[in-house]
Amino acid sequence: MGAEFVALSLTPILIGVCVSVACALPGNFLLLRRQALIGDAISHVVLPGIVVAFLLTGTVRTGPMLLGAAGAAVLAVIAIEAIRRLGRIESGAAMGVVFTAMFAGGVLLLERSDTSSVHLDVEHALYGNLESLIWLDATGWGSLIDATALAGLPVELPRMALALLVVGAFIALFWRPLALSTFDEGFARGLGLRTGPLGLALVVVSAIAAVAAFDAVGSIIVIAMFICPPAAARMMTNRLGHQVAWSMLFAALAAIIGYVLAGYGPLWIGASASVSAAGMIATVSGIILAVAAIAGPHRTRGS
Amino acid sequence: MSLQNIHLVTDEAVAQAEAERTASPLAVRNLTVSYGQTPAIFSVDLTVRAGAMTAIVGPNGAGKSTLLKAALDVIKPLAGTVTVFGEPLAAMRDRIAYVPQRASVDWDFPTRVIDVVLMGLYRQLGLLGRVRSKHRAAAMGALDRVGMTDFATRQIGQLSGGQQQRVFLARALAQDADVYVLDEPFAGVDAATERAIIAVLKDLRDTGRTVLAVHHDLATVPDYFDDVVLLNTQVIAAGPVDDVFTEDNLQAAYGGRLTTARVDPESVAG
Repeated sequence: MGAEFVALSLTPILIGVCVSVACALPGNFLLLRRQALIGDAISHVVLPGIVVAFLLTGTVRTGPMLLGAAGAAVLAVIAIEAIRRLGRIESGAAMGVVFTAMFAGGVLLLERSDTSSVHLDVEHALYGNLESLIWLDATGWGSLIDATALAGLPVELPRMALALLVVGAFIALFWRPLALSTFDEGFARGLGLRTGPLGLALVVVSAIAAVAAFDAVGSIIVIAMFICPPAAARMMTNRLGHQVAWSMLFAALAAIIGYVLAGYGPLWIGASASVSAAGMIATVSGIILAVAAIAGPHRTRGS
Repeated sequence: MSLQNIHLVTDEAVAQAEAERTASPLAVRNLTVSYGQTPAIFSVDLTVRAGAMTAIVGPNGAGKSTLLKAALDVIKPLAGTVTVFGEPLAAMRDRIAYVPQRASVDWDFPTRVIDVVLMGLYRQLGLLGRVRSKHRAAAMGALDRVGMTDFATRQIGQLSGGQQQRVFLARALAQDADVYVLDEPFAGVDAATERAIIAVLKDLRDTGRTVLAVHHDLATVPDYFDDVVLLNTQVIAAGPVDDVFTEDNLQAAYGGRLTTARVDPESVAG
């Protein structure tokens, strides 16, 4: 626990915490708006976006990947709205159709294109590679104040921290109108609030979190974190502010406990290999939700 | 009457209608809303009288709620203009308080009664303004007027239907507006709540405010309201209850259903 921990475990855990909290924050509002599937949808449609970006540019550099993912997310939102309006189909079903179709298209594209030279495959898209985001330049806790060592930080950490900052700033700044329009959109519009652009901004911010997270951790964590921590938090309190605070705590706990369990858990029970950190983090968030559903103080409404 | 006189009379009538609209707390012209192919309301003209209580009545699907929502820009109309004291609505939001249908929101939302009432102060507080003691006092005062101070820190899911409606009214009272627009304020509430709400609304009118409400109980229209608008996609008749609330007009608005309506007002609820 020292030099080895800082070099091998600290950065993946921090990235996991940033991802989890960045997704859980907007997840609270998406869940209360009964739009929780949006997070699911965005994290799936990212795949065809980055495959197309790779085919067009021939690289897996961050810029083109993020652009491709963002483009796919925008396309998906438009397609969902179009299907919902033109087909008069309930929005959950419209999302289901769009994101499964786009994800499947991404898988086909990936199979048919030559990606053997780069790290881009379906497994990576689902589970990411959190364990490989290590900090080789670190020699111990002192490296945290060592400029040369800091320069060697995996790029995913500052990128994810920035995404968390953007999400957090949006939620903090627009807290009041978000709460108002989520609870009572008609009243909010009567006050002159532009609820349409606000709802769209919430989806865009969720997309920023999902797209930034995708490369580092894959879509499994993203989907889990949009829903599990907020849903568990709802059963702990009857106040929105407290719910969001609980959801951040649960998200961070899931990331830390999940990462540690994935890395050391199998060793504790005598197995030799560790398991997927992303999978374990998502599993832990599910367990937290289950515990909250069994023992949370506000499981039934009006109590 | 000579041709010239007819012109004069017409001009006078137009000028008078224009003056009434300018003075009106809420005037809509040619308001049309459509969900899909068929219009929900069609070319509605309505000039609400200042300092009066006006009911909007009509059969199910007549477009009563739609009229309120379109007048307040809660939904986008296909056509039409709305003025508040002669000014465009956008510049006069602070003068209007809207009470949506109670059933339109999710009462499981994680929030307390006092927080819902504080939402009425959003335009004062803005994005990041701190909730100060004067804001809390205003919210508690509004709760007091509807007899709900004891419930201030309760989760809203714990309230009965009548109590929820009172909280919605309190939120509008906190806005301290000139015009109160209510969508079915008596739907599904207990008798005590109905009495409490009508007392508050009459008190608003008696202090110079204007009240416009969608109402479904024909039997109480003459007791509760001064003016009435009979709506069935279009305005069938509008004016003081004594002049407009007649058998013929009701027949025109409700069609064949009027006989049922007279026997059982609940059957035309909505």
